[in-house]
Amino acid sequence: MQSSVFKMATSLAEKRVSAFQRDYTDPDRLRRLAGQIKQHTLEHLDHYLELVEKQFRKKGVKVHFASTGDRCNQIVLDILQQNDCRKIVKSKSMLSEETELNSFLSQHGVESVETDLGELIVQLDNDHPSHIIAPIIHKSRREMAQCFEREGLGDYNDEPEVITRRARDYLRKQYMEADAGLTGANFVVAESGRISLVTNEGNARFCLAATRVHIVIVGIEKILPRDRDLALFHNIIARSGTGQRLTVYNQFIGGPKANGQPHGPQEMHVVLVDNRRTEVLASNCREILRCIRCGACQNICPVYRQASGFAYRGTYGGPVGSVLSPLLAGENFGEKADLPKASSLCGACREVCPVDIPIPDLLLRLRDKGKREAPKKSGAGTPPMGIWATMASHPATWNAALRLGYALNIPHAQAFPIPALQAWCNVRKLPPWRGGKFRQWMDDRKDSPK
Amino acid sequence: MMNPIPRKDQPTRKQKLLFMATCICDAFFDDAARAAVEVLEYLGCEVVFPKGQTCCGQPAFNAGDWKASRQVVRHTLEVFKGMEPVVAPSGSCTAMLVHGAPLEFEEEEDLSKALDLASRSWELADFIVNTLGVVRWEGRFPHKIAFHRSCHSRGSGTVEAALRLLSSIDGLELAEFGEENQCCGFGGTFSVSFPNISAAMGNLKIDHVTAARPQFLVSADMGCLLHLGGMIDKAGKQLPRLHLAQVLRDSLKNGGLL
Repeated sequence: MQSSVFKMATSLAEKRVSAFQRDYTDPDRLRRLAGQIKQHTLEHLDHYLELVEKQFRKKGVKVHFASTGDRCNQIVLDILQQNDCRKIVKSKSMLSEETELNSFLSQHGVESVETDLGELIVQLDNDHPSHIIAPIIHKSRREMAQCFEREGLGDYNDEPEVITRRARDYLRKQYMEADAGLTGANFVVAESGRISLVTNEGNARFCLAATRVHIVIVGIEKILPRDRDLALFHNIIARSGTGQRLTVYNQFIGGPKANGQPHGPQEMHVVLVDNRRTEVLASNCREILRCIRCGACQNICPVYRQASGFAYRGTYGGPVGSVLSPLLAGENFGEKADLPKASSLCGACREVCPVDIPIPDLLLRLRDKGKREAPKKSGAGTPPMGIWATMASHPATWNAALRLGYALNIPHAQAFPIPALQAWCNVRKLPPWRGGKFRQWMDDRKDSPK
Repeated sequence: MMNPIPRKDQPTRKQKLLFMATCICDAFFDDAARAAVEVLEYLGCEVVFPKGQTCCGQPAFNAGDWKASRQVVRHTLEVFKGMEPVVAPSGSCTAMLVHGAPLEFEEEEDLSKALDLASRSWELADFIVNTLGVVRWEGRFPHKIAFHRSCHSRGSGTVEAALRLLSSIDGLELAEFGEENQCCGFGGTFSVSFPNISAAMGNLKIDHVTAARPQFLVSADMGCLLHLGGMIDKAGKQLPRLHLAQVLRDSLKNGGLL
């Protein structure tokens, strides 16, 4: 599993670089501009939320606000029950993972079918996505074929074309049978009241082809001020995530079926979900709300490549997850307080983030918060710093420690039962201690005339 | 890592500077610090070593213990107060002074002191090229080296400056290797709190580097080399490590200039 994650993530990261370099002389300017637009929107979110609600209503879209994930699920269920919908088809939505929508709906007698191929396999395998845009990055072709065989979609066959064709046949039927289509939204434009959806499989569009009701669930941070902002964001989201210039299918949806339109859902509902986002907005890590869920930070992250998404124990893995999960945990912050430590702080994520989120700074702020609010969980495996701080702020003690360190040069001293020393020496050697030699050299030179 | 903090008036050659040896050179790698001093003096600088110095405060900063870190940073601010530039043979310690300390002092009363030190702090190669204006390095170093880009130099002038100096040295061959911008897995306390992931990242780096068959592994940061070197030695592989300053100094020596 680790090698498939490593290969895929590395390959996506390489494609990203060439996708930007091919078309732009200074891609960093795009990242900074996009970051500024998102930051501006967040800082005036009250204004844009009001505007987007007004614009949606004008077009006959029903707007709902959900303060929590549970509330979001309930609103979705209420809409479905009011419209007598028993089966829905849904396109990919990380928010629906966050609120665990599928299991909620199935508990209430609504069948929900994932239509993104990766998400479908996750659903059939009763698994979880381990990457934002490549949900089954942890699975091999063989595992996909085994899944389809088990589900009765044909004999074992791991040819990509066969897998795709079977998925297509299976999903076409689902699209026709479903009563409602549920999608997320990559962007919500305030000025015009429309959502933008990007996919590579066209499944979001199919979700709306034969259904009566369209429900959108979307985090309140996904708003963009103007239609023209989409030009920038469409250019960076695909390049950042998959290294494409543009995703294959791009939908702009601004309301239910209008009079005279032959097809399309008669009702459109947009559920704007908070689920602790306003808490994040009030925190010193608010920049993380700029995130457009492209997965670039996961692809580039050397720790994600080794550990894979599940190691992050939450909806979002990788650098963005290490920041978001503890924040979205609210009063259970302590349970996730170790996640910000799972980083070498190399800063590669910051260099690729399409909205210029200073991820390492946010990880550091959360480490500080962890130390203050959940020291046990956040401090696991971290050497205590109190004694060191005393030494390092008193030169006489520091010099004494430089002399004391020579104990490490005694044979077998590296086996001293000090946890940090053991953790170091299990995989590495320590070089000989030479504490104070440099100071001595400086002193000796001063005494002798040059 | 670093924010573009406006620097004070750019210093000129033959000037006085405060040298931060870094705790890792103080403890393990005295010759790297010594080489940095020799190189700066060769360029005409007056190098002052404030004896009260200890550590930049980064270990506790990265460990999340900002209270402990600020205690050490306050000591460092006191030791290095003045008008002179502060030069350290480490991109990581410099990043701590330039970016880390201001971040953890954001809400402290003495933020201005942290910002003042940030505006005067330089990593060695960045200082040599971008303030002293040296772009060609004299002497000879007839070896093939692999230059490891340390992550805390991201966003700073260090890597470009170091490569500029190295590639100008007579006889020196720069080895190209895969995934040059990837982290080596050191990460300070990360190396002991996630030792297995850290080691897996280190092995990847070592595999890429050794495939290029260099004679030396060189970096502007002894932290990365402490980790990579420790793994190389543990595995019984033969690949000596040098700080960038040692290459610069040895080049001058080989050329009879020092």
